[in-house]
Amino acid sequence: MENKRNNPYRKDFPLLDCDPVIYLDNAATAQRPGCVIEAEKTFYEQHNANPMRGFYRLSVSATEKYESARKTVQELIHAESPEEIIFTRNTTESLNLTAYSYGLQYLKAGDEILVSVMEHHSNLLPWQMVARQTNARLKFLECLPDGRITEEQLQEGFSDRTRLVAIAHISNVFGRVNPIKRIVSMARERGAAVVLDAAQSVPHIPVDVKELGVDFLAFSGHKLLGPMGIGVLYGRRELLEKMPPFLTGGEMIQSVTRTGAVFAELPYKFEAGTVNAAGAAGLEAAIHYMKKVGYEEIHRRETELTSQALSGLKKIPHVHVIGSDLPEEHAGILTFTIDGVHPHDISAILDGDGIAVRAGHHCAQPLMQHLGISSSARASFSFYNTENEVSAFLKSVEGIRRKMGYGDEPIL
Amino acid sequence: METNRFYNEILTEHNLHPEHKHDLAEANLVLEGVNPSCGDHIYLKLLVEDGRICDGAFVGDGCAISQASADIMLDLVIGREKEEALRLADLFLRMIQGSLTEEELDGLEEASALQDISHMPARVKCAVLGWHTLEEALNGNISAGPGVNLE
Repeated sequence: MENKRNNPYRKDFPLLDCDPVIYLDNAATAQRPGCVIEAEKTFYEQHNANPMRGFYRLSVSATEKYESARKTVQELIHAESPEEIIFTRNTTESLNLTAYSYGLQYLKAGDEILVSVMEHHSNLLPWQMVARQTNARLKFLECLPDGRITEEQLQEGFSDRTRLVAIAHISNVFGRVNPIKRIVSMARERGAAVVLDAAQSVPHIPVDVKELGVDFLAFSGHKLLGPMGIGVLYGRRELLEKMPPFLTGGEMIQSVTRTGAVFAELPYKFEAGTVNAAGAAGLEAAIHYMKKVGYEEIHRRETELTSQALSGLKKIPHVHVIGSDLPEEHAGILTFTIDGVHPHDISAILDGDGIAVRAGHHCAQPLMQHLGISSSARASFSFYNTENEVSAFLKSVEGIRRKMGYGDEPIL
Repeated sequence: METNRFYNEILTEHNLHPEHKHDLAEANLVLEGVNPSCGDHIYLKLLVEDGRICDGAFVGDGCAISQASADIMLDLVIGREKEEALRLADLFLRMIQGSLTEEELDGLEEASALQDISHMPARVKCAVLGWHTLEEALNGNISAGPGVNLE
């Protein structure tokens, strides 16, 4: 059985190397390999100056690091050009930028915004705001209890008035890949823009914006082994060019007079203020590391761990897993409930055994309501987790109801 | 591990078999208590006559700690004068802050089983939900709180 010592990636992660935690909250944020931490440190030690501002050597060097990161992101998601890559703080900021600079400008009363019921709050609240301000109608794309979106539900969701679709590539609760190509083709027929929340997909599956055909795509660095505080918005150039800036101020202008300004070209128009260049350098290192491991290897390992966990959980009475029966349709995410035990208690008891899982509504309260639960627990696996860790997780879950005073018989 | 200490028998017993978790039709003081961040939610229902808590109950949904703590609280305050209940609430809140003497702790009876929660910052809100709601209800701060309307 694979353990901490013979997982070949384990040693790359300093925290996992010295902390005994069994970290199964990777969908919330990944751990970072040493090369990412090193890249941030190197930026400050060797390249630190304000990028794009100075005409001196060090500022040029900082700019080069920052722009190199942009190029790496462009290649990762196969965008047409680096100008289509906007650095933000995180997925939430990327989605807000889209809502404010595109949604508020181009949606009007009577238009429909279609959002799926499984959206993270960060891909719902910005659209609630746009709907309120423009009098556009917010409409929900429903899903089955196991997370599938059917053709009927798509037909029901779309109408002739659909002008924007906001949807997760992979839900942070189900872990299932949504039918984005089908959604894009339905949106195209109606001239609607598609905003894709790729926070949970980019870390697990190859993402190609041209192949998907989406108009906007958002993800965070920190779920992708990168630093916190750096995120990405991809936008189709044609749309980004006509959109007004989200934030205004320094570094996003060509010229300013007392009463007006000419905004900078893409992508700088959307990057007001001093940027997170060290974060971008860290993200670049993370992408290189991830490519070295390879999406295939990541998928293979995560599916093996998910398979072990899924079949183990199914054997424990009173445990219910949400989503597909197939481990390969979970992107490493297993959301579950235990009869008679509140998810916060599940998480606290697992924590007592040194295991970190998420518990709560996962920032997806409308989905929880749709599933008829108030909250759930979620274990999410990464390629650096081990079979031993999954076994320890299953053993701990098996004992939870007994610890809560139920007279269940031990099965392990 | 603190976890194993605070999921003790007193807590699990009150969570699985709460004596006071039911409706109370004759209640004349009802207040909702919510922890927005974790979704713990109770309605505290009291029958208060001549400054005395004649009866009390709660309904709601939440983790074992929030629900058991509310049940233990009602065990303790039913039949007491309002001032006495407020004094206990103060003791409880101070226990959670870790500033209670051994002698004071005895006054809390079974509620003292929750004292280890003070080592778990994330769960403090759960333990104090019932007590905060009680304080607010008895002090006359009857309001629905800052509800967020997303419509």
